[in-house]
Amino acid sequence: MTEDHELVQRLREGDESAFIELIDRYGAMMLRVAQMYVRDRATAEEVVSETWEAVLKGIDRFEERSSLKTWLFRILTNRAKTRGQRDGRMVPFSALSGADLDSEEPAVDADRFLGPDSPNPGAWATPPVAWPEERLLEKETLDVIEMAIDRLPEAQRQVILLRDVDGWTPMEVSDVLGITDGNQRVLLHRARSKVRAALERYLDPELGEAS
Amino acid sequence: MRLFTKELPCQELVELVTAYLDGSLSRRDRRRFEAHISGCENCTTYVEQMRETIEATGRLTEDDLEPAAREELLAAFRGWSEGRSAD
Repeated sequence: MTEDHELVQRLREGDESAFIELIDRYGAMMLRVAQMYVRDRATAEEVVSETWEAVLKGIDRFEERSSLKTWLFRILTNRAKTRGQRDGRMVPFSALSGADLDSEEPAVDADRFLGPDSPNPGAWATPPVAWPEERLLEKETLDVIEMAIDRLPEAQRQVILLRDVDGWTPMEVSDVLGITDGNQRVLLHRARSKVRAALERYLDPELGEAS
Repeated sequence: MRLFTKELPCQELVELVTAYLDGSLSRRDRRRFEAHISGCENCTTYVEQMRETIEATGRLTEDDLEPAAREELLAAFRGWSEGRSAD
């Protein structure tokens, strides 16, 4: 991946391949993040192109004190928020995640563990079985993960996509979504735990039938 | 009997995996976590499955931008760069 600094230089020189590299790297992510704030996809697309316009206009003044990505997404979320407010369709991410965080949600079903009356409460009753490594690489396994992510509550889905698919840091995620570090981690934990459970049901059918 | 470190049951350990992997557990909790998995094969398998889940999820990729949207952005870029060199 080309370094930020080099991309910024090339953009300033009007190098189209640098721009292509950027839109291919961040374009889909930007559209998804924008859609969290505005009414529909068409509006999100408008916000994304306004953002690029602002990025090009501001590139000479960009001092590179933050990463290019952080700068880009800050412009994007500011615009998306303004637009969402204007259209009266502002569901801040913190509200979306708040509803999610209010409920208790164990990472693993309670019936997989020994109950309070057992000599060893909270120990595994039905322990996990190691997965065959080669099956993890199969295309079908990735499909299972994708489907599990699609079924997640919206806030959890956004966080796992940014953290585990796009590889963002915890700080970048809480910054862009406007939530605390602790909350992004709870959402990520729930999301990952569900994806793990879906993989387990798929890779260990016996367990799937038993529960 | 353990007087100084309260034992961590498996059911509680599974709730700490993401914080452990992020390095955001307190030193005390990290010690309890590591002490537990060093003696618990089941939880070792569980943590390994979480790592494998994360790694496999990382192999998914974002959808590409739609060609029409991409073309529009490129047109805007060309307009911008031509305007610049004309200055």
